[in-house]
Amino acid sequence: MKRLLLAVCLMALPAAGQTPPADAAAEKLAKLEAAVASAQSAGDNAWLLTSSALVLMMTGPGLALFYGGLVRKKNVLATMMQSFILMGIITVLWALVGYSLAFSEGNAYVGSFQYAFLNGVGLEPNADYAGTIPHQTYMVFQLMFAIITPALITGAFAERMKFSAMVLFMILWALLVYSPLAHMVWGKGGFLNAFLGGKIPCFDFAGGTVVHISSGVSALVCALYMGKRHGYAHEPMKPHSVVLSVIGACLLWVGWFGFNAGSAVGASGLATSAFVNTHFASAAAALGWSLGEWLKNGKPSVLGAISGCVAGLVAITPASGFVKPMPALLIGFLAGLACFLAVAVLKGKLGYDDSLDAFGVHGVGGTLGALMTGVFATNAINNALKDPSGQPLALGLADGNAGQILNQFWAVLITWALAVVGTLVILKVVDLAVGVRVSKEEEIEGLDLSQHGEEGYNLEG
Amino acid sequence: MKKIEAIIQPHKLEDVKEALKNIGADGMTISDVRGHGRQKGHKEVYRGHEYTVDFLPKVKLELVVPDNRLDDTVKTLTEAARTGKLGDGKVFISSIDEAIRIRNSDRGEGAL
Repeated sequence: MKRLLLAVCLMALPAAGQTPPADAAAEKLAKLEAAVASAQSAGDNAWLLTSSALVLMMTGPGLALFYGGLVRKKNVLATMMQSFILMGIITVLWALVGYSLAFSEGNAYVGSFQYAFLNGVGLEPNADYAGTIPHQTYMVFQLMFAIITPALITGAFAERMKFSAMVLFMILWALLVYSPLAHMVWGKGGFLNAFLGGKIPCFDFAGGTVVHISSGVSALVCALYMGKRHGYAHEPMKPHSVVLSVIGACLLWVGWFGFNAGSAVGASGLATSAFVNTHFASAAAALGWSLGEWLKNGKPSVLGAISGCVAGLVAITPASGFVKPMPALLIGFLAGLACFLAVAVLKGKLGYDDSLDAFGVHGVGGTLGALMTGVFATNAINNALKDPSGQPLALGLADGNAGQILNQFWAVLITWALAVVGTLVILKVVDLAVGVRVSKEEEIEGLDLSQHGEEGYNLEG
Repeated sequence: MKKIEAIIQPHKLEDVKEALKNIGADGMTISDVRGHGRQKGHKEVYRGHEYTVDFLPKVKLELVVPDNRLDDTVKTLTEAARTGKLGDGKVFISSIDEAIRIRNSDRGEGAL
């Protein structure tokens, strides 16, 4: 190949000797640069559009099946609806003001109305967020995150929340908790944004704080505020179909490649890194949870294995674009064990009824992952942060920057605080407006009939 | 006429059906039921929540036979359904006052 190039160059020499007009050469160069940029944009945009679709698939059908299988038969439709309807509600909200409040320039805590109604969000790239893809691609990719985050919370109040109350709660939560938090961590000028001028530089590659801690902690608040389901702990509340949950968990696992590897906002080596880490952590976490269960109960359950896989995906989310593959295995394994203990031991001791363990998996796994990111983040994987001389900065403890663990801790603390206060205030408002819980009769009848007038299974036709 | 109600292990249904067919039993009705006698249930664990399942899946088989076929039928049925372990089930026998074939209103043993 090199010889061929040399031959071509030699043949071109006489032509070069004729000194073509300088502007022609410049024009050629400009065309070449445009062609290269267009090729990169095509590759990056293809991956980001694919990723956006994958992340939407995580909510429907992924989460809808995962949660739907875990409830009793009489609540399967209502539970799936809580995920599905958010695909509608959050999308409309995002188009009107949600994206603007999260990603337009505002103050350190929340965006402005600059992008309201997607004003100025067109096909030209936004260099601050993603310089090689249309701004609208970035907007729609972020939308899918905004959809799944509130959908995760629904696991905590499954089988007892009024549908109208859920809709109202989610609209307020998306505007008052999600958008500000996304702005703080990912928005330009956000308080915690390590890359775009944050006061406390937090590393959150794909949403450990924004998505998982926020939803998991809000879920805990919901479970505590709403109280237990009628008959909790003395009536059987077995998952009506672990089969549905297995299908859902597998869709979540696949969709998560879009979630994390898509967060590289390009079809780059960094995307590969995030993809590999995501997969490794999920696999190790499934083993971690299963091992814990096997030792404690004598049998490794299928529900345990799939819960572990989700816990690992949660924990690797903030770290996926910052750590090497071996730490990813470790983070996953620890998350599997820690979430198992949180769900199977801690929850029983504390006595709250988080129906589908949104806190035990997302709150605990997200917090663990955010802190571990501070330990294992390294510029060998992500060199986007550079000092004035162009040298990549030390990221986590792995690079010798122990202080990052403290930064991560502050980000976790701020996220917990916002989630607790925000959720509590919103629940109170919704409770006063429409009441959060269905009546005891409606709860016993099941939400499918009482809230939607349907049944999930009419198998006898 | 006698009615035989047998609660048996679901996996023995095929054996029982074949054995009864071989002695010329003409018809029977089965249903999926759950229940327990002296057999203990089992434990299920879902994310740390333990449930004891007492009612186990069984098959209930019902057939009505002429008086003179009762002993033969019961003997065949019990032998075919037996594994020798707890949970094999029970057979209940009761008298039937009348039987009517819906198609042509035949009555008595002729309707069986």
